[in-house]
Amino acid sequence: MPSRARTLWLPKLVIAPSFALSLLFIYGLMAWNGVLSLSASRMLPNYEFVGLAQYEALFESERWWVALRNLGIFGGLFVGGGMALGLLLAILLDQKIRLEGLLRTIYLYPMALSFIVTGTAWKWMLNPGLGLEHLVQEWGFADFSFGWLVDPDMAIYCVVIAGIWQSAGFVMALFLAGLRGIDDSIIKAAQVDGASLPRIYWRIIIPSLRPVFFSTLMVVSHLAIKSFDLVMALTAGGPGYATDLPATYMYTMAFSRGQIGLGAASATIMLATVAAIVVPYLYSELRGARR
Amino acid sequence: MMARPRLSPARLLLLGALLLFALFFLAPLYVMLSASLKSMDEIRNSSLLALPTSPSLQAWATAWSAACTGTDCGGLKPFFLNSLLMVLPAVGISTALGALNGYVLSKWRFRGSELLFALMLFGVFMPMQVVLLPMSQVLGWLGLASSVWGLILVHVLAGIPSTTLFFRNYYAGLPDELIKAATLDGASFWQIFRRIVLPLSAPILVVTLIWQFTNIWNDFLYGVVFSGADSKPITVGLNNLANTSSSVKEYNVDMAAAMIAGLPTLLVYALAGKYFVRGLTAGAVKG
Amino acid sequence: MTHPRASGHRPFAAVAPLLTALSLSLAAQLATAGEVEVLHWWTSGGEAKAAQALKASLQAKGHGWKDFAVAGGGGDSAMTVLKSRVVSGNAPAAAQIKGPSIQDWAREGVLASIDEVARADKWDELLPKVVSAQMKYRGSYVAVPVNVHRVNWLWINADVFKRAGLKPPLSWDDFFSAADALRKLGITPLAHGGQNWQDLTLFEAVVLGVGGADFYAKALVQLDQSSLTSDTMERALATFKRLKPYTDKNAPGRDWNLATAMVIKGEAAMQIMGDWAKGEFVAAGKQPGKDFLCVAAPGSAKSFSYNIDSFAMFKLKNEANSRAQKDLAAAIMAPEFQELFNLNKGSIPVRMGMKMDRFDDCAKTSAQDFASSAKAGSLLPSIAHGMAVPSASEGAIKDAISQYWNSDRLSARDAMKKLAAAARSK
Repeated sequence: MPSRARTLWLPKLVIAPSFALSLLFIYGLMAWNGVLSLSASRMLPNYEFVGLAQYEALFESERWWVALRNLGIFGGLFVGGGMALGLLLAILLDQKIRLEGLLRTIYLYPMALSFIVTGTAWKWMLNPGLGLEHLVQEWGFADFSFGWLVDPDMAIYCVVIAGIWQSAGFVMALFLAGLRGIDDSIIKAAQVDGASLPRIYWRIIIPSLRPVFFSTLMVVSHLAIKSFDLVMALTAGGPGYATDLPATYMYTMAFSRGQIGLGAASATIMLATVAAIVVPYLYSELRGARR
Repeated sequence: MMARPRLSPARLLLLGALLLFALFFLAPLYVMLSASLKSMDEIRNSSLLALPTSPSLQAWATAWSAACTGTDCGGLKPFFLNSLLMVLPAVGISTALGALNGYVLSKWRFRGSELLFALMLFGVFMPMQVVLLPMSQVLGWLGLASSVWGLILVHVLAGIPSTTLFFRNYYAGLPDELIKAATLDGASFWQIFRRIVLPLSAPILVVTLIWQFTNIWNDFLYGVVFSGADSKPITVGLNNLANTSSSVKEYNVDMAAAMIAGLPTLLVYALAGKYFVRGLTAGAVKG
Repeated sequence: MTHPRASGHRPFAAVAPLLTALSLSLAAQLATAGEVEVLHWWTSGGEAKAAQALKASLQAKGHGWKDFAVAGGGGDSAMTVLKSRVVSGNAPAAAQIKGPSIQDWAREGVLASIDEVARADKWDELLPKVVSAQMKYRGSYVAVPVNVHRVNWLWINADVFKRAGLKPPLSWDDFFSAADALRKLGITPLAHGGQNWQDLTLFEAVVLGVGGADFYAKALVQLDQSSLTSDTMERALATFKRLKPYTDKNAPGRDWNLATAMVIKGEAAMQIMGDWAKGEFVAAGKQPGKDFLCVAAPGSAKSFSYNIDSFAMFKLKNEANSRAQKDLAAAIMAPEFQELFNLNKGSIPVRMGMKMDRFDDCAKTSAQDFASSAKAGSLLPSIAHGMAVPSASEGAIKDAISQYWNSDRLSARDAMKKLAAAARSK
C-alpha cells in the first residue's frame, strides 16, 4: 500500500468534509435526540431537564410494550422470511430459466414503489369484505376466511406479508449476484464426484454466500427498523394500536400528541436496540474481513 | 456451466413455483392498474380482481392535470418537475461523494479509517423522524429552510453512508496491484481515480444511482417537511390527492396518480434491472 | 429612442400625470399587498372548493395566496410540517389549528394577535362565549373560527326504517330495541369504521346520551378523575361495548365515508358521525327528510358537541404580509364567506345570526340547536376531534377506548381504570 508521506494528507482531506458533515449529521442528531429525551419537551422542543421521567413514562405505556413486541415479531419474520424467500427465488432463478429477465423484473419491481403508492391497493386486497377473502368466497369456498387485517392479534402478520412482498425481490437480487460470483470449478468438481444438485447447494454454495448474507442482513434489518410508510399506509397502527411499531410510536407521540420528550425517549431505545444487535455483528464481520 | 436441463417433472415444478411467486408479486400492481382504468361506478360495484369492462384513461388525464391537491387543481404535473429538479442533484452529489469516500477508504486506508467507516455505517440505521426537528432548526440558521436546496442537502447527508458503503465494497474488490503499479509510475491521487478507478466503476455506479434515485424519489417525509412552497415533490402531491380527509374519494384517480408517481422508478428498474444485478455481482455485496 | 412626433406630444402630456397617478397608486397597492401562506388539509371536493373561495376573496383584495396543503390523518402530517417550519423560524401566516392546540401554540409565543380585526368587526358579539374563549389567549384573539360541525348526529336510512316500521330512537334503550329489530331483518344496525377517532366519536356520543351534558363536561372536558371513575362512566363504557355486536365484522380500519356508504346503500341502517357525513348523502343524490334522516344521537337532543375548524395566525416579520393576514382573518368571519364556505363544506356558519335560507333542513336544525345550546350551557367541545383536551391526553384516551372496543378481554371496570390513567397523560 502506497505510504509516501507527501500524499497521505490528500486522501484524508478529500473525505474529511463529507465524513465530518455526515458524522455530525448522524451523531449530532442522535445526541440532540438524547438531550430531548431527558427534557420536558411537549409540543416544541424545550430544554428543561427532567432526568429519566420520559423513560419512566415510556415503559409505563402499554402501547409502547405492544410496539416493542411487534418489532420483535415483525422484525424477526420480516428479516427471516424476506431472506428465506429471497434466497429461494435466487436459487430458483439461477437454474437457467429462459424467462429469467422477465421474472427478475417482476420480483424486483416492488422495491421501486413506496408504500405511499401501493398502500391503498394492499388495504383493499387484505380487507375481508373487499379483497382476498371476498374473492375466494365468490369462487365458491364459502368457508374461507382471511380476516387477519381486522383482527388485532393477527394484523401484524399482514404487515409482515406486505413487507416481504416489497423486499424479497431485492434480497433475491443480492443473493443472485452472490451466486453468480461463485467459482464454477468447485461446483463442477462436486458434480464430477457425483453429488446431487440439492446437496451441492446445501454443502457448498450456501456456505460460500456468507459475505453476501452479511450485507443482505444489514440492508434488510435497516428496512425493518425504518418500516414506517408500510405500517402507516396499511393499518395506520390499527386496529386500535395493535400494529404499532417503535417508528410509528415515535412519530405519533412526537408530532401528533405534542409529546416530543416521550418520542425522543422511544427513539433512543430504538437506537440502543439496533446498536445492541448490529454493533457486535459489524465488529465480528469487519474484524474477520480484515484477514 | 450447467447444461440447459430438459423439461422434467422437477423442471415443471420449478417453473410452476416461479409463476406462482410472480402472481404474488404482480397482484398489487394489477389491482392498481385495473382500478385506474375503471370508472367509479364499476369500482363500487365490481370485485377487486375483475378486469375493467371498458378501460379508459380518463382517470390518468385527471390525475396528471386536473385533480385537486389543495386550492390548486392542476394535477400532478407541477410536482413531477419539482421532484426531477430535486432528485437529480441529490442523486448526483451523494453518488459522487460516495465514490470519492469509497475510493479513499478502500485504496488509501489510514489509521482509523475502518473505525470511521463503521461509525458511518451505523448511521444508516437512524430513524428518519429523528432528523426532522433538529434539521429544520439547522436549515433555518443556514437560511435554507423551506427551499429545494435545503431538501437536497438533507438527502445528500442521509445518503452518504449508503453510497459510501456501496463504493467502498466494490473498490475493495479491485486489485491493489493496479494502484501500486500506477503510483510507481508516478500517478497522483486524482489521476489514479480518474484514469483507473473511475472507468472500472460502471457496475457500481448503476447500482448506486438506481438505489439513490429510488429512495429519494419515493421519499415523503423529508419532502413534505423540508421543501418550499414551489418545490414540493410528487410524493407530497400524491398524498394530497389521495389522502383526503373527506368527501367522495375517486379511487380510480387515486390509483392513476399513484401509478404516475411510481412510473419513473418502475421504468428505472424495468430497464436497468439487469445492470443492477450485474453491478451487485461485480462487488457491491462482498464483505 | 426617437423623439415623439409633435402631433403625439400633446396627448402624451395629458396622459402623463394620469399615468403617474396610476402607477403611484399601483405601487402603493403593491406596497401594501402582501402574501399569506396558509397551511391546511382541505385538498379535495367541497373542502377544496371552500378553501378556493377564501383564496379568491383574498385575491380580490389584491393579496397573494401561497397554498400550503398537506393532506392526511386529519392534520397529522400537517402538524409535523408546521412544527418543523416554526422551529426553522419560517412559520406560515395561518395554519389550520383548532381547540386547545391554539392555546398550546400561543403559549410558545409564536401566534399573532388579531384583536384589531376582532374589535372592528365585533367578533365578541358574533360568537358564543365558549367559542370565542377558545380563539383567545390571555384575552386576545389569536385565531379565527371558520365553521361549526355538529358531531353528535345519528344518520338514518329512511327507507330501511320505514320497512322495519321503526322511528328514530330517542334514548339508548330505544336504540338497542331498534337495533335488535334490524338485525332480525338481516341489516347491519350500526355502520362503523374501526379507526381510533371513530371509536372515540361513538364513545363520546354514548357518554352524552348516558350521562348528560354536565357529566360529559366534567369527565371528558375537565378530565375530573372522580367522574371518570364513577358508576355513570362504567355504565357508559358498558353501553358502548354493547354496540359492538351491532356493527359488522369488517369494520376495523374502514374509512368513515365507506361506513356512510353502507347506510346510503341500505346495507346498514344507522351511523353516528359528524355532519360531514351529510356531504356523502348529498353527493349520492339523497335528500334529507326523504331518503335519510338526521337526528341527534340517542339521549343527546339537548346537547351539541361541536368541532370547529379555525385558523391560527402566526407572528410575521413582513409588514405587508401582516396586513394581508389581518385581511384574511376579516374575510373568514365575513358573512359572504361564512355562507359560501359552509354551503360547500356541509357545516354551519360559526357567525351567529346568519340567514339560513340556502342551507338544508339538517343544517337549519343544527344552527337552531347551536344557538339554543349555547344559551343553555350544553354547547360542548368534541373530545374526539381535538376540541376538548390537549392532544397528549386525547391521544391516550383514544388509545384506551379503541383498545377496549377491539379487545374481548377487557371488562368495563378495567377499561375505566385505563381511561382514568390515560386522562392523566401529559
